[in-house]
Amino acid sequence: MIDPIHQFHLNKIFTIGHIGNQEIAFTNSSAYMLLAVVLIAVMMMAAGRALVPGRFQSMVELSYEFVANTIRTSAGSHGMTFFPLVFSLFMFIFVSNIVGIIPYTFTVSSHIIVTFALALLVFLTVIIYGFYKNGLKFFKLFVPSGIPAVILPLVVVIEIISFFSRPISHSVRLFANMLAGHVTLKVFASFVTMLGALGFVGKVGALLPLGLTVALTGLELMVAFLQAYVFTILTCIYLNDAIHPGH
Amino acid sequence: MAESHGEAKGGEAKGTASAHTEADGGHGFPPFSKETFPSQIVSLVIAFVALYVIVSRVALPKVGAVIDARQKAIDGDLAEAQRLKDESEAAMKAYETELATARARAQAIGAETRDKLAASSDAERKALEDSLAAKLAAAEKSIATTRATAMSNVRGIAADAASAIVQQLTGKAPAAKTVEAAVDASLKGTA
Repeated sequence: MIDPIHQFHLNKIFTIGHIGNQEIAFTNSSAYMLLAVVLIAVMMMAAGRALVPGRFQSMVELSYEFVANTIRTSAGSHGMTFFPLVFSLFMFIFVSNIVGIIPYTFTVSSHIIVTFALALLVFLTVIIYGFYKNGLKFFKLFVPSGIPAVILPLVVVIEIISFFSRPISHSVRLFANMLAGHVTLKVFASFVTMLGALGFVGKVGALLPLGLTVALTGLELMVAFLQAYVFTILTCIYLNDAIHPGH
Repeated sequence: MAESHGEAKGGEAKGTASAHTEADGGHGFPPFSKETFPSQIVSLVIAFVALYVIVSRVALPKVGAVIDARQKAIDGDLAEAQRLKDESEAAMKAYETELATARARAQAIGAETRDKLAASSDAERKALEDSLAAKLAAAEKSIATTRATAMSNVRGIAADAASAIVQQLTGKAPAAKTVEAAVDASLKGTA
């Protein structure tokens, strides 16, 4: 049986240095992170400046407009302050996810530490910007208006818990989706090779998991985009709390 | 944010001091193997900071400028089209008013000419009528004089004839005065 977990292994390519006694290695994950950055940079740079855009330029401008509209609709025009951050997040996750679908590649976002770091970046941005912009009024975030005084303490507790569980739900959602998708793909694909090794009947039987693998790849393409979008829109909603606390 | 990751990493580093990041196989589920976390965080920070700098400094301003330029070009073209449309509408309006005044003037000139012609033909007719009337009056006058002359001739002839008749009948010429009186009386009676 082919190990469906093998694709998530990190392989050291070289050592960057040490922090304390901890070795900091350049791994396959690092390579794919840099690949995503290079792909995004090349894509954005290579786009033409034509008045009437071609396909490639259209794609780049579409991604620009898409993220800009997502921010404007969920965080208001003031949210455009965070346009570079949100755009970087969306493109990084989206490109990593898409690259990860290609067989034999590594999926950066299938590691909880990566998605958690990105979610924590958003979480800390919200807290720091929220206090910087609103001062102590930022605490209004935990006190919804129009709530009877009797149940207000309960609501405040719930709000605080939900606020602090945000980075966890934010990161686990992306990580779990990518991980589960890739495991499923690998399991079905390994059925194909396993059945294919069993002679003619096995080869015929292998058609079913092969078809499923193709279908799942299509589904994973959608999930790759959808999870990047979900991460982005949640980022916008959280940033909206920092910009306009007190809902 | 990079600092906070750094601190977290430092804390973990002590816990897993001797761990290595290579997949030495079999020990646990890779996404949960803590010894790989520091390496991944460092890589992610480097990659994401690079991406953020590229995106915020170069990529987004460039794409945004292209989109803005296009929006401006479209707005400019629309404004230009609106201006040209207004211009053509104004020209059309000017043409129409020009046409209306020209038509009015043509009508005025026509009416004037017609009036003038009518007046001159009226005057001509009047002159003609006058001259005809004068001729008629002259003719009537000449007829009247001719008739008067003729009548006076008739009186002389009648008187002559009467005196001749009386001479033939009586053998003696009557007094001219008597004959004339008788003729006058007779003419008066018949006239």
